[in-house]
Amino acid sequence: MTTLSIDHVSRWFGNVVAVNDITMNVGPGVTGLLGPNGAGKSTLINMMGGFLAPSTGTVTLDGQQVWRNEQIYKYIGIVPEREAMYDFLTGREFVVANAELHGLGAKAAQKALATVEMEYAQDRKISTYSKGMRQRVKMASALVHDPSLLLLDEPFNGMDPRQRMQLMDLLRRMGDEGRTVLFSSHILEEVEQLAWHIEVVVAGRHAASGDFRKIRRLMTDRPHRYLVRSSDDRALAAALIADPSTSGIEVDLAEDALRIQAVDFGRFTALLPRVAKDHGIRLLTVSPSDESLESVFSYLVAA
Amino acid sequence: MYDPTVARLTYRALLGRRRALILGALPFLLIAISVVVRGLTGADDQTAVDVLGGLGLATMVPIIGVIAGTGAIGPEIDDGSVVYLLSKPLKRPTIIFTKLIVAIAVTMVFSAVPMLIAGFILNGNGQQIAVAYTVAALVASIAYAALFLLLGTVSRHAVVFGLVYALVWEALFGSLVAGARTLSVQQWSLAVAHKVAGGELVTSDVGLTTATVFLVAVTAGATWFAGQKLRSLKLAGEE
Repeated sequence: MTTLSIDHVSRWFGNVVAVNDITMNVGPGVTGLLGPNGAGKSTLINMMGGFLAPSTGTVTLDGQQVWRNEQIYKYIGIVPEREAMYDFLTGREFVVANAELHGLGAKAAQKALATVEMEYAQDRKISTYSKGMRQRVKMASALVHDPSLLLLDEPFNGMDPRQRMQLMDLLRRMGDEGRTVLFSSHILEEVEQLAWHIEVVVAGRHAASGDFRKIRRLMTDRPHRYLVRSSDDRALAAALIADPSTSGIEVDLAEDALRIQAVDFGRFTALLPRVAKDHGIRLLTVSPSDESLESVFSYLVAA
Repeated sequence: MYDPTVARLTYRALLGRRRALILGALPFLLIAISVVVRGLTGADDQTAVDVLGGLGLATMVPIIGVIAGTGAIGPEIDDGSVVYLLSKPLKRPTIIFTKLIVAIAVTMVFSAVPMLIAGFILNGNGQQIAVAYTVAALVASIAYAALFLLLGTVSRHAVVFGLVYALVWEALFGSLVAGARTLSVQQWSLAVAHKVAGGELVTSDVGLTTATVFLVAVTAGATWFAGQKLRSLKLAGEE
């Protein structure tokens, strides 16, 4: 049982606060670290991996300090986001070197290469690899010493759907085996497909934590805003406001449109076309005005 | 203290095709010039000292030192691949010490060997000049490698700083300001060369004792400091 504990960790760079007082425990199974780009996920992962000192707070693995403790890497496998990886070596040479640095031999390297199904291209230079192949060799180098904690920074970036599926299967297997697997992502669907548990980070702060379905519901049930243009905006507004799924409507004269706030997403999306049809109103534009991930996340922060 | 895997990775990175070409260019130039000079002037001790000292020890050795010393770690830190070394149960000073050994070996091979060849071409090792400058190159290789390895660890602009030190400080300041000569790897190594050659052909502005103390202090100090810097190296630039 490996637990990574982040205790009141903050990290700032000059005047910029990248991570703001985050406390979380990451236990066995697959955990997704979700947040928009620039939310502080990489800074957090770097601190978890011992590559960056927290400005305040502590990061420990089963009670052992991570920062400035080389011996901790016996238990941690790291898959960095960065591409660079000794391109002049072949895949096999790279993984063997990683095994040797752990005091292991070619056998461990071969096993790791088999786990990520890269044996077929192991004798090619890394410089000739595709993004997905690089990612798998990086995985092999992280798995070579059979770590109990695996940290992956945006592992699915730039992978095609098939490679993504393969890596997800692999990570799921690792989680089922009882390893603590943490991966970061800014894509909701990735996290949804893979993680049992998620931690949401927004603007350096810990926005939500827990079971994915609960958080997903929070995200879906938040008030939605729409911009609607129709053949008769005022009549449409009058008809919609009568229904409890709509909490506010504003006539935007400059845009010549209605700005509608809906509190019940499912009910509103069914109501709008029906009301329009019943009143003989033509809908010209229906566009969600706050569907960006950032707005979803900022709602979560407020919730 | 020495890790063969780190050494292998460093050698392969340093002796990759492009870098090996750059490393090989200066020694080739030194030997080519020696052949031409010997052909034009015949064997002459003073000429040998001028070529080996002016071109070899003052220019070639520090530049090779910059390329090997900074190249042993700088590119890995710049592109982030050093993470594969840092995420291992490996003491940071071991990484630095291993890289230092590699940088010293590469600097020695690419500077001391051509120095010896050039010396024999110029005057057939008369007055022990070829051997003296070879010893100077060997000694300087150690100090330069340590100094520039430290630069590669602490700065992203290590090559520029290294060249500024080697060419501006040692060559330009050294010839203008007497004090600068005391703080010069070149002068320290010349003090050792002076001891080897004897006589007044090879001279240094510092005594052998001072030179030895400085050489040991700079090499040990730079290596220790680089190890400390690597312990708290932040892999920045991700966000």
